[in-house]
Amino acid sequence: MSALQEAPWIEKVSEAQDAVLMRRGPVSSGRVNLFRIAWLRPLFKSRWPQFVLRALMLAGFVFAILAGLFGSVVGSHNFAIIFVWIAWWSAFKLVFVPLGGRSWCSICPIPLPGEWLQRGGIFHNGSGLGKNLRWPKRLKGAWLQAGIFMMIGLFSALTLTDPRVTGWVFLAIFVAAIALSLVFEKRAFCTHLCPIGGISSIYAKPAPVELRVIDTDICAGHAQKTCYQACPWGLYPVAFRDNTSCGLCMECLRACPEDNLALNLRPFGVELEKPKATGRLDEAFMSLVMLASVLAFAAVFIGPWGWLKSAALEVGSISWTGYAAGFLTLNLFVVPGLFWLAVWAGLKFTQVKFSFKREVANLSQALLPLGLMAWIAFTISFALPKAGTVLWVINDPLGWGWNLLRPGSEVWSPEVTMLSSLLQAGFVLIGLFWSSKVVNRLTGASFRRAVPVLLFCLLFSLVILWLLVG
Amino acid sequence: MAIKSVKWKRVLIVLGLGLAVWFIPFPAHATTPAEHTFQVNASRFEYSPNTITVNPGDTITIELTSTDVVHGLSIDGYDLAVTADPGQTARLTFKADQQGSFRFRCTASCGNMHPFMIGKLEVGQNILFWRAVLLSVLTLVAGMWKFKS
Repeated sequence: MSALQEAPWIEKVSEAQDAVLMRRGPVSSGRVNLFRIAWLRPLFKSRWPQFVLRALMLAGFVFAILAGLFGSVVGSHNFAIIFVWIAWWSAFKLVFVPLGGRSWCSICPIPLPGEWLQRGGIFHNGSGLGKNLRWPKRLKGAWLQAGIFMMIGLFSALTLTDPRVTGWVFLAIFVAAIALSLVFEKRAFCTHLCPIGGISSIYAKPAPVELRVIDTDICAGHAQKTCYQACPWGLYPVAFRDNTSCGLCMECLRACPEDNLALNLRPFGVELEKPKATGRLDEAFMSLVMLASVLAFAAVFIGPWGWLKSAALEVGSISWTGYAAGFLTLNLFVVPGLFWLAVWAGLKFTQVKFSFKREVANLSQALLPLGLMAWIAFTISFALPKAGTVLWVINDPLGWGWNLLRPGSEVWSPEVTMLSSLLQAGFVLIGLFWSSKVVNRLTGASFRRAVPVLLFCLLFSLVILWLLVG
Repeated sequence: MAIKSVKWKRVLIVLGLGLAVWFIPFPAHATTPAEHTFQVNASRFEYSPNTITVNPGDTITIELTSTDVVHGLSIDGYDLAVTADPGQTARLTFKADQQGSFRFRCTASCGNMHPFMIGKLEVGQNILFWRAVLLSVLTLVAGMWKFKS
């Protein structure tokens, strides 16, 4: 076993025992346990592959901060802008989230230094510096993450285009993650504040990957709860009902002496088709903020309205104040208001005695496929035409005139107009179909209860289509 | 068996309608190709006018005038570009032989929002958009199949 796997809080499983556990059959129908696939198992079992990836990401993140602060002030010539906001964002939105749920969290570098300081070592627990306080109960939930995402949206035209601002924002995030690790227990920043964690969290629900306990009875009889002890997020896998919390760090898989955890490949969207027993209004709010934000982002960045771009960029000016008021109104009142109105109308038409809050939380799950697909379509709209610039900044990451790869003088710019438009329209349509299917299931196929929400989904789809390909 | 058969009938109907929406030609307005000249001012992340509307087959001349820094203009789907120095006018003439809505973009680094300095060239009907609108409605109907009244 490698040094990385010899963390003291983890019970050891002998190789012979490991082989016996491997022979167990599949855990549930419609799912494939990737941890039981012989050639994949070592990749998850060993900490090295994940550690190497995270170390590379950490180096890239630190370099992005330095490039942002000290590189060219021209955004399109700076690694911090192009590599992060074109390459990383595209990978995050097009691959990590739709296919892997919170898989980005498993290799995210931001919590690493804080975690090392918190536990007093990189590979082993030492005398940690952290105070390990509990996160205040009143600040739990996705509210703060949604708020921070809205704040980023408010300043997005500046953050996404100005290398210095991007550099300072990344540095602030880095310092905040370290500081919170030293004050609060486990991954407080990731769980409660990180807006990327918030996005991953809600869109992990339709994703085709899940981490679940195989047999809860085995866990009940296991006094040590090694999975809970090992989890850097402070989670107990038996409690997993959906994908929102688990950051897929795989520590529980490695820690379980009974090999009682599965990393399942499952059909897309299975988690969305069951009405929730408890209403999570914070998640509903986050999904509505994501819908409103993609509309605002598409209008600002893809629309032809120069006055809107200038207003979004000139932070502090009167025009920006107007933009901020419009952005917040859209996020806090227009989109949530229309959705709540639709839910209220559905309940009114059917005379069903459901709790309104629970119905909002329940039906907001149907917004996830539509929101996810709208974000994918928006990402395609700017990432495909700008794909060539990624190679350009690798060639000269700081914009100082370097020519590391010698690719020639021209920026490669693929002609993808038709393909890009088709993909954007196609993803929005897939999202609408998927959402209407989820509404169907969640409302028990009650036409009157579902129609207002379906009309809300249709209205959103038409607006985003108009902004993207209209 | 009967339920399965009904389900397949519905799938086939929606697929058929979907294909029809996608492939049936839209009614075209017969127009005589004409020549148009547009004076487009480029300044601080904005083209004015920001939307140019023409008919398919028209010959277009864009006179691009930059009023602050160097700006450029390239049109998605059309392999052409032009750059205008401050206070200068540059011309671009081409035939609008592709139908639809196309973004035109600045080609000279002109400031923070340069990558998003965008205008629209609309050549005839935006058929992709209207097909997508019709397919949205069809998609919604398909998603509502199993509803009870």
